[in-house]
Amino acid sequence: MGQFGIGQPVRRKEDVRLLTGKGQYTDDVNFDGQTWAAFVRSPQAHAKILSIDTSAAKAAPGVVGVFTGTDMKADGVGTLITDVEFKDLAGKDMFRPKRDFMTIDRVRFVGEIVAVVLANTQAQAKAAAELVMVDYDGLPAVGSTAFAASPDSPVIWEEHGSNVGIHWENRPEAEIDVHMAKAKTRVTVDIVNNRVVPNPMEPRCAVSKWENGELTMYAPTQGGRRIQQGIAKIVMNLPADKVRIISPDVGGGFGIRGKLYPELGVVAWAARKIDRPVKWRGDRSETFVSDYHGRDQINHAELGLDANGRVVALKVRTIVNCGAYFAENGPRLPINGGGRIIPGVYDIENFYFSVRPVLSNTVPTDTYRGAGRPEANFLMERLMDAAADATGLARDEIRRRNVIKPEQFPYRTQMGMLIDSGDFIGNMDMAMKAADWAGFDARRAESAKRGKLRGIGLSNFVEPSGGRPTEEMRIAVSPEGKATVYAGTHSHGQGHETVWAQLLESFLGIPFENVTLVQGDTKIMPKEAAGTFGSRSSWMGGVGLQRSAKRIVEKGTKIAANLMQSEPEKVSFDAGVFRAGTSSVTLAEVAKASYEPKNLPDGMEPGLDESYFLKRDPEEFNYPNGTHVIEVEVDPDLGKIEMLNYIAVDDCGKVLNPFIVHGQVYGGVAQGIGQAMTEMTVYDDEGQLVTGSFMDYGMPRAEHLSMIDALFNEVPCKTNDLGVKGAGEAGACGAPGAFVSAVCDALKGYGIRHIDMPMTPDRVWATIQKAKAGKAA
Amino acid sequence: MLINVNMTINGKAVSGQVEARTLLVEFIRDHQRLTGTHVGCDTTQCGCCTVHVDGKAVKSCTMLAVQATGKSVITIEGLAQADGTLHPVQEAFREHHGLQCGFCTPGMVMMGVDICRRHPNADEHTVRQELEGNICRCTGYQGIVEAIMDASAKMAGGKA
Amino acid sequence: MENFGYHTPASVADAAKLLDANEDAKLMSGGMTLLPTLKQRLAAPSDLIDLAKIPDIKGVCRDGDELVIGAMTTHAEVHENALVRELIPGLASLAGQIGDPAVRHRGTIGGSCANADPAADYPAGTLGHGATFVTNKRKIAADDFFLGLFETALEPGEIIVGVRFPIPVWSHYQKLRHPASGYAVVGVLVAQTKSGVRVAVTGAGPSAFRATAMEEALAKDFSVKAIEGITVDADDLNNDIHASAAYRAHVVTVLAKRAVAAR
Repeated sequence: MGQFGIGQPVRRKEDVRLLTGKGQYTDDVNFDGQTWAAFVRSPQAHAKILSIDTSAAKAAPGVVGVFTGTDMKADGVGTLITDVEFKDLAGKDMFRPKRDFMTIDRVRFVGEIVAVVLANTQAQAKAAAELVMVDYDGLPAVGSTAFAASPDSPVIWEEHGSNVGIHWENRPEAEIDVHMAKAKTRVTVDIVNNRVVPNPMEPRCAVSKWENGELTMYAPTQGGRRIQQGIAKIVMNLPADKVRIISPDVGGGFGIRGKLYPELGVVAWAARKIDRPVKWRGDRSETFVSDYHGRDQINHAELGLDANGRVVALKVRTIVNCGAYFAENGPRLPINGGGRIIPGVYDIENFYFSVRPVLSNTVPTDTYRGAGRPEANFLMERLMDAAADATGLARDEIRRRNVIKPEQFPYRTQMGMLIDSGDFIGNMDMAMKAADWAGFDARRAESAKRGKLRGIGLSNFVEPSGGRPTEEMRIAVSPEGKATVYAGTHSHGQGHETVWAQLLESFLGIPFENVTLVQGDTKIMPKEAAGTFGSRSSWMGGVGLQRSAKRIVEKGTKIAANLMQSEPEKVSFDAGVFRAGTSSVTLAEVAKASYEPKNLPDGMEPGLDESYFLKRDPEEFNYPNGTHVIEVEVDPDLGKIEMLNYIAVDDCGKVLNPFIVHGQVYGGVAQGIGQAMTEMTVYDDEGQLVTGSFMDYGMPRAEHLSMIDALFNEVPCKTNDLGVKGAGEAGACGAPGAFVSAVCDALKGYGIRHIDMPMTPDRVWATIQKAKAGKAA
Repeated sequence: MLINVNMTINGKAVSGQVEARTLLVEFIRDHQRLTGTHVGCDTTQCGCCTVHVDGKAVKSCTMLAVQATGKSVITIEGLAQADGTLHPVQEAFREHHGLQCGFCTPGMVMMGVDICRRHPNADEHTVRQELEGNICRCTGYQGIVEAIMDASAKMAGGKA
Repeated sequence: MENFGYHTPASVADAAKLLDANEDAKLMSGGMTLLPTLKQRLAAPSDLIDLAKIPDIKGVCRDGDELVIGAMTTHAEVHENALVRELIPGLASLAGQIGDPAVRHRGTIGGSCANADPAADYPAGTLGHGATFVTNKRKIAADDFFLGLFETALEPGEIIVGVRFPIPVWSHYQKLRHPASGYAVVGVLVAQTKSGVRVAVTGAGPSAFRATAMEEALAKDFSVKAIEGITVDADDLNNDIHASAAYRAHVVTVLAKRAVAAR
């Protein structure tokens, strides 16, 4: 394989552009004559809207229009998407509240849009927005996850009569109680999986124009097709091809930027309404209360083990705080997203789980890096640590006894998923060796001399990857033999410009530098484009490209046969050259010829331009997995944790570009560490987001992290031709469990078994004090 | 009331009439259309807007354009040589995968240059401390820290 | 943010005149707190009086037993200044822990102290060293300067022109950084000065204060052990989502001990 082929640590094509300020993000785009939008957002978490007086705002300097949800409704605009349907065991449907793009008679979270002001400048729009007078009749609010689920809580959707959308169960609990009763050892854990604010570094924004009966809108998305369809159908009442969504360079996605947000609908609708372009530049404060949040679960779980430390039954009850509305995927995450994989890498036959998605006066939650799997893996790893503690087995030993063994693959989980491959013992061995687990006691002793408490922790994980089951990729080879990839996937940091070029060099022999990526424009992306999320692109995009390339070769073979006066059956293709006997033609020559009908077999369309619509079978999910080990030091006087060392062993299947996959691991780990250490999202009793800026919300910074040593235990995936498994979300799945395990290991002298995330100094110190007092008592 | 401002940006004299409240980053992005400098927050925390004013890294979201009058401003667009040769810090970011989505990158690079200027042969601890005011959500900082350490060593070597 | 008139007086006297003439005017030094406040529309002054063009209130010099730091001297300049490093290294170190490098390139000692953020570092630095604020009208001892939450002894029209630090025998600053803002959750400066031991605390209370019980104990016996059991009263301290008052009280003692241990 050449220097730029599959598996090579190729440096990124996109970097020079991004390093020299030539990236083009949505806020860099302006349309002539554009107006500026400013949203009037609710300062109250829960209130009836008695009236909205826009007259003063309308009269303010530079104001072009002020609109409310009533105006949108009058234009026939529908409600936002909730892409989730569940039934409980009795067959009753989940409650699905409808969300208007701008709320009309009630606000349900701080930041909810009440009105939009359009003005000639952004300053005018913002000033006028302050003049929109909304008369609120405040109602009791609920921000806390546990409280939202309790019967004492205020109910925020009266028509449903409860904040609980559904009590979903995978099966009757009694079926598993039978097995649990046989357990020799039973352990329970109660966990808060803290809400996080995803915070891509690019604040959300959009700019739209209405021209010749068509809407064009730039916005940072993770692939605009679904947003295009939603805007066309729900907002504009237009055929999809009259709406064009362009996502140029996008400053981070992390799952939450793939959604049809109300702001997008309003900016689109308003451009037609006033017949002038509209630009909205959200600031960070707005991003905090309008981008969907992530996680926010409470788990109660019980694990039953036999005398050999083998799990005999697992029961989990989850409450997930979905916010004021069920967003596109909100309630799906703890059920299909992560819940069904809670047993993780372990061979657990008897599994009960129930989920209660609750509504509260908070920003809706949705997919955030891992989307249910980090929560699931974290829960299982906390249970394993508890089991180790209760049985007296070492933390690795309890895991070794329970992991799915190589001979069990393909392994059908209790929930019916088919895990094709993995080397779970191998992951642990590799990670523990790299971390010098065996030598840890000496390091602990050395730390103790300095008054520090050292701990080591490990976490296994597996995370079904692939996202939505369809994708389309297209390769067009020019007469010069250069290729353009029209991708249904969308790179916003993942380096597809580089990796897709590597694949084409490998598949077609087209030089790396001669491959261009086109993405993120609904007008020119493939029809069935889906986008990038759910660790899917290497599989859905990579295999899609592989199959498109195969079609290029098939067609090229026929043309080459014609050119060489041979038969297609006698033509072979390798490294960009078609051969038949002693004759040969290059792909570039074939490409050139393909545009001249005289060279083509009868009936063949000119050109060398092929696409592939990939439809994945449910059995073709892939299962990235791994073991992460982290070492920390706790300063017991301050409760401050220092991360010392991190080993990530990942099985991402076949690695297309280790340089880039390492980057995915580092980033995912940082988000996992952030959740575990610094990222605290706090709603107060009035439903105010107290941590609504980078002054209060602890984004992980360089100083919070150590170097991460990322290793691969490469077990090629058996269900796709490339052998790839996902990589984007692995770090976020592995890090929280390893981190908490390590901190609790450091604090085991106090008898501390668990501390909820984020483990801030204040919280760690308080836990130590409580433990000390408990001991003294 | 508009105020005249003039400064050099990337070595080129520029001037304009702005409101007093116009931030330096707004002057750079909206008036001069140099969109490499980004805005990632509104509380002077993220560092996406970092530029150099008279050779020192500052957050251009927290400085008025008028405050830069008479000063020399360097933005990410002005860092590479005219022939396209990347600055050692830019080159190191490329080599060490110091960027993913690229949004924080201009600010990171400008801060990186400043760190290298103040800390020849910077060690890991120093670099992590010095990146206090620059937030990245993609990279876990690993490639960024490696890149700045590498560039700092190379730039120090070049001077010796 | 709302627009405002912008002025760059060439002297402190001119600045004071402008301040007198415009009731809703505000002084700006580095702008590191003021500009974010305006951007968030939390304040809307009619005029900003930028002190940047006043030549003689910037820089560091020695005046006998005192180090004089001009109000417009940036944190970076204090941190890197050879005189400060030689004579009050504890102060140089403190200045290097404020905010981040870009903020330190703009933020100033005068601005920081006039703002009197309860979690800022300089209040501990000035109070702990027994510094004196020199204004256009008078001199104010640091002990009399910080009155409360964002409240100082400065009168309307009064402008800090410099801060005089008695050169201590020794000083050291310890800080527990807020993980998000970088401000001090707690910061403690311990100084051995010619007039005795001083322990100043920031971040913990509504305003910087001196831990007098610790000062007395350290005056008798300058050792970690001497302040082992001394705690400040948690009832007077800040209690928020990031740190409880009890935690802050505890951390004050921990950091004070660590500062003493650094001697």
